[in-house]
Amino acid sequence: MTAPLIASSVGGGTTTEHIINVAYLVAVILFIVGLKKLTSPTTARQGNMIAGLGMVIALIATLFLEEIVTYEWIALGTILGAPIGYFSAKKVKMTSMPEMVALFNGVGGGAVALIALSEYFHWTDTGAGITTDVEVASLFSLIIGSISFWGSVVAFLKLSERISGRPIALPGQKLINAALFLGAIGIAGYLLVSSGMDPYSYTIGIAVLAGVLGLFFVLPIGGADMPVVISTLNAMTGLAAAAAGFALGNSALIVAGMIVGASGTILTNLMAVAMNRTIAGVLFGSFGAGTGGGTAPAGGGASREGATVRSTDAASAAILMAYAQNVIVVPGYGLAVAQAQHTVREMADELESKGVTVKYAIHPVAGRMPGHMNVLLAEADVPYDQLVEMDDINPEFERADVAIVVGANDVTNPAAKNSPDSPIYGMPILEVDQAHNVIVLKRGMSSGYAGIENELYYDPKTQMLFGDAKDSLSEVVQELKNV
Amino acid sequence: MDYANLIQQLTILALAAFVGFEVISKVPQTLHTPLMSATNAIHGIVIVGALIVAGAASQGTVQIVLGTLAVFFGALNVVGGFVVTDRMLEMFKKKPAPAKKEGGTS
Repeated sequence: MTAPLIASSVGGGTTTEHIINVAYLVAVILFIVGLKKLTSPTTARQGNMIAGLGMVIALIATLFLEEIVTYEWIALGTILGAPIGYFSAKKVKMTSMPEMVALFNGVGGGAVALIALSEYFHWTDTGAGITTDVEVASLFSLIIGSISFWGSVVAFLKLSERISGRPIALPGQKLINAALFLGAIGIAGYLLVSSGMDPYSYTIGIAVLAGVLGLFFVLPIGGADMPVVISTLNAMTGLAAAAAGFALGNSALIVAGMIVGASGTILTNLMAVAMNRTIAGVLFGSFGAGTGGGTAPAGGGASREGATVRSTDAASAAILMAYAQNVIVVPGYGLAVAQAQHTVREMADELESKGVTVKYAIHPVAGRMPGHMNVLLAEADVPYDQLVEMDDINPEFERADVAIVVGANDVTNPAAKNSPDSPIYGMPILEVDQAHNVIVLKRGMSSGYAGIENELYYDPKTQMLFGDAKDSLSEVVQELKNV
Repeated sequence: MDYANLIQQLTILALAAFVGFEVISKVPQTLHTPLMSATNAIHGIVIVGALIVAGAASQGTVQIVLGTLAVFFGALNVVGGFVVTDRMLEMFKKKPAPAKKEGGTS
């Protein structure tokens, strides 16, 4: 019975090994301390650096493992990978952050799958016997890593609009996916019980089946559900890394991978709750079919006969806000699409110079990944203490003189509270309708992702400011300067 | 199977899960994108595994290619992950001191 490539972290070992394991322990502690510091914006940047220091320590320690005898391939991979990572991270636009995260997540998953394959080949070539637990962990990391890699590739392509964000599904997609999954598990099971056979073709078979499953898993999911998908893939890569830790007998991988797995799971759950969906509904359901396409349900337009929409202009909007005490800005992804973050901040600056208190109400799914809107506004120099989470801002709407909605739709729809037969009933929303006055910036009367009409627009205290969000806001800023 | 070892590793796994849930659930929504990006960088720890397979002795060509590619992916993941997280967190600033209320150091 031979140990995996690296000697286990427990039991006997050389002094070097002990030192390396202590270094891993230090690295893991730094990861946790770093993440703890991420709980506050004041310490978050420091936290990231501490975690990064942990990574450097873990990497340097690893290079001293006696299993590592040749460095040229390590050098080659690093020389190619590190600069690409560095420059893409430096260059990426904040609006493109979701696809960047998807890509980094994918390569992590891909690395796990490649490690598993390589280990398997190593065992075959050397004829080394492996224990069942190591083999199970290895196969797990191969399957999950492959799904995560190819799933992330699709998520990246969808988010960067290289392929359509619309759901793409084959007929009987669920059956095909189930077959792929069972196929991969089946081969893995066969590998486990059989012995002495050449696993090359089998492991590659597993990687292919799991990879195709990854593609099919994300393709049918619509653009609006991407926050859930990214979080899920993040959790999967974490778990795959933890499994690789079992296979390699490396505790640093186990701990770091599991923490990421836990984090991804929490975020997945939060996102699903914020969208009023179950995780299973997003990942395996078909509600997403309507998303991105903006298909209105039959009869949706007819129900509003008689109700009128009041429109306004920039000058009136400016005056309304200039004489207000409290203004709440409700930004949605439409704000980022219109690249109006800076203009919105200019407007807030103008208002504040007139003594108006301005806050931003941030819905958890405003943007394309958890917390995306906060990053976009931070980039536009909006201080983070003005960004208020949904639960904290909702009681404040009734004291707000004006709520100005920019590029948000479904998350402001009172139907989520009032109409039990609405598809979004029960979804947590920003209670914009409680404000004394509501200004909605919008291109036209089209419906949002959920394809349903927003009752808010027909509320007598709502005024619509039609047009491109950035142009409208610039006009408002000009008018404010004249007030 | 080395059960003592396996159980020890499972213990580590279970405790790590609880630590993860505890720490992460306290991160405010404002920081969820940087959090995800940071955890993304942390799972770049897989590069440790990549180094081990890429640096192992007596490999065939296939393993060399797989190992090098794994290091490439891992390096991209780690470097990109930490750098992009830093870029995001750098932008999160408090209201500057001269402002009318809630002044503070940036």
